[in-house]
Amino acid sequence: MTKTYKQVFIAQSRQKAVDADHRRKINHSLLQSDIAFNKGIDRFSDLQGARKMANAIKKHTINHLDRHLLSFEKKFRENGGEVIWATTPEQAQNAIYSICRKAEAKSVVKSKSMVTEEIHLNSFLSSRGVEVVETDLGEYIQQLAGEPPYHLVAPSMHKSKEEVAALFHKKTGAPAGLSPEQLTQFAREVLRKKFVQADIGITGVNFLLADIGGVALTENEGNGRLSTSFPKIHIAVTGIEKILPSVKDLALFWPLLATHGSGQHITVYNSIFTGAKKNGEKDGPEKMYVVLLDNGRSGLLADPGARESLYCIRCGACLNVCPVFRNIGGHTYNSTYGGPIGSVITPHLKGMQSHAHLSHASSLCGACTEVCPVKIPIHALLLYNRQLSAKMASRAEKLAWKVWAKACSSRSIMNMANGKIKQKVVGTLFSGAWGEHRKLPVFAPQSFNQLWRKQRQVK
Amino acid sequence: MKVEIFIPCFVDQLFPQTAFNVVRILERAGCEVLYNVNQVCCGQPAFNAGFHKESRAVAEKFLEAFSGEHLVVTVGGSCTGFVRNYYRQLFTGTALSEDVSIKAPHFYEFTEFLVEKLKILNTGSTFKGKAVYHDACGALRECGIKSAPRKLLHNIEGLQLIETEDCERCCGFGGTFSAKYEAISVAMGEQKVHNAIAAGADYIISTDLSCLMHLDGYIQKHKLPIVTRHIADIIVS
Repeated sequence: MTKTYKQVFIAQSRQKAVDADHRRKINHSLLQSDIAFNKGIDRFSDLQGARKMANAIKKHTINHLDRHLLSFEKKFRENGGEVIWATTPEQAQNAIYSICRKAEAKSVVKSKSMVTEEIHLNSFLSSRGVEVVETDLGEYIQQLAGEPPYHLVAPSMHKSKEEVAALFHKKTGAPAGLSPEQLTQFAREVLRKKFVQADIGITGVNFLLADIGGVALTENEGNGRLSTSFPKIHIAVTGIEKILPSVKDLALFWPLLATHGSGQHITVYNSIFTGAKKNGEKDGPEKMYVVLLDNGRSGLLADPGARESLYCIRCGACLNVCPVFRNIGGHTYNSTYGGPIGSVITPHLKGMQSHAHLSHASSLCGACTEVCPVKIPIHALLLYNRQLSAKMASRAEKLAWKVWAKACSSRSIMNMANGKIKQKVVGTLFSGAWGEHRKLPVFAPQSFNQLWRKQRQVK
Repeated sequence: MKVEIFIPCFVDQLFPQTAFNVVRILERAGCEVLYNVNQVCCGQPAFNAGFHKESRAVAEKFLEAFSGEHLVVTVGGSCTGFVRNYYRQLFTGTALSEDVSIKAPHFYEFTEFLVEKLKILNTGSTFKGKAVYHDACGALRECGIKSAPRKLLHNIEGLQLIETEDCERCCGFGGTFSAKYEAISVAMGEQKVHNAIAAGADYIISTDLSCLMHLDGYIQKHKLPIVTRHIADIIVS
């Protein structure tokens, strides 16, 4: 029998949670991002005001998503670009492949993009004879390792520098034991050739700009710029929610994304693309396409209880602060988007029945909500998913909560039996679930309620 | 001042001594403590599991036990936060929504009540030892309680309070999460405990017994040299 997603999640989380090596590496990486983050947000004179403003802009934008998308499309076309609407991953894949075929493209360079992960573009294209090379260093490492990205922003944060050196040695023939600087230099040399040879550059999108018909791209390595300047064709792939009404909104969103994503005041390279090379221009691709992917997002839009999840700018801050992510790592979620925001949207995108466990695998500590730069009430959205999933719960669970409600709304039931009997019942019911690493709490011989009644002579 | 108290169901059953300590401290501070013996659970476990109807059934019963005339002191930030922040949603569109909007803001966590309402910063208590304070998520993020317990602890004679990097990180209890995702819950607790020991603490102090119960379960099972204490158990001495 094949295992359910939930069973796989529990088995893998059980492994990861006790993996001391993983814990050491991830705590080290996250400590660096904590330090950077705290420095970064210090640069805001009024962070709470900035978050409120960003939330208001996103709320307005998502509530009028249709209008903003159409405005983007119109402007982008006027700029000479082409817009491709894709309802499903298959439509996006096929559209991109048909561009490759028309251009007789043999090789594609990619800068970082989670949406292309979502539609499994790399395997789709390479199985059709198109070479795909990831050019973001972290993504390149993941591609060499044959692993999906571990984290939205830092794809290979779970690997130590020694592991990366060993991987390069094994997969690329690089000399053994290179330092991070040498590894970077090595990757640069490999990738420079790829940039020059590539027929098509594929990028993600950080923000679509409705008023100017532009695509804003944020990166730290310059690989985004190279991916969009050498190849003759640039394809930007994005989810429909990544839109801002105006280029002016970047004044707020660029620093919010940079500080929350990597602790930087502003990311190193911020580019805005408004279509292909124009007449008389020397640089730039001859053709530019934007693929607008839905893939379940309009379902989130249609549901007022879940809609706020579309405000997400994929900064990854909620992952960094999440104690669950810190203990199980990015791959255990087995979904493109891990961490708290992934646990909110994945059940909607992939099926509530099969993925509700992600929304339950949270202590509801609220650190995600506290950090979110666009003020998505992430843990409240997890609670909303739990409410949806309760309707699909097993009969046994439904019955258990009915019995619970009966017992807990009755003082006489709560006062029934003495501590010893309760201990026995709870021990039988919960000792398995409470596990072998914790001693069960001990019932008092008499409850506070019973003792109070006696002491103060209340009947 | 007349105050009503709410003793969360698990405190009622497992930690009556701490609940009595809360009563003692309030009475010492000059409060007349009213306890309605018919009070039940606040309904949070079912709500967090997504079972709103069942949660509401219990919460309705819960509301009956409070008059709406006095402030209510609660042992712990978790139930306080739930009543203050989620009851409105739970009772939207029901006949009780008005009752909720009157009663829910009356709920105060114990240390928050001492500091903000009674303006007590120094309880005149003595307690020897080194301790870390664990910010319970319900207290910290649902109720916004950060300074009140620290102010009280700083003024306890003999107590040395150590601040740790991870004081605001969740201990891993999380209600049914602690059983459903036992391995993750334990891993979170384990790090909390070991960080406290590494900081040189003899005690982990918090406002919330649910966190402490989970951490204590780990400590006892592994026979570790650290003890959990509810803040009222420290203040009472």
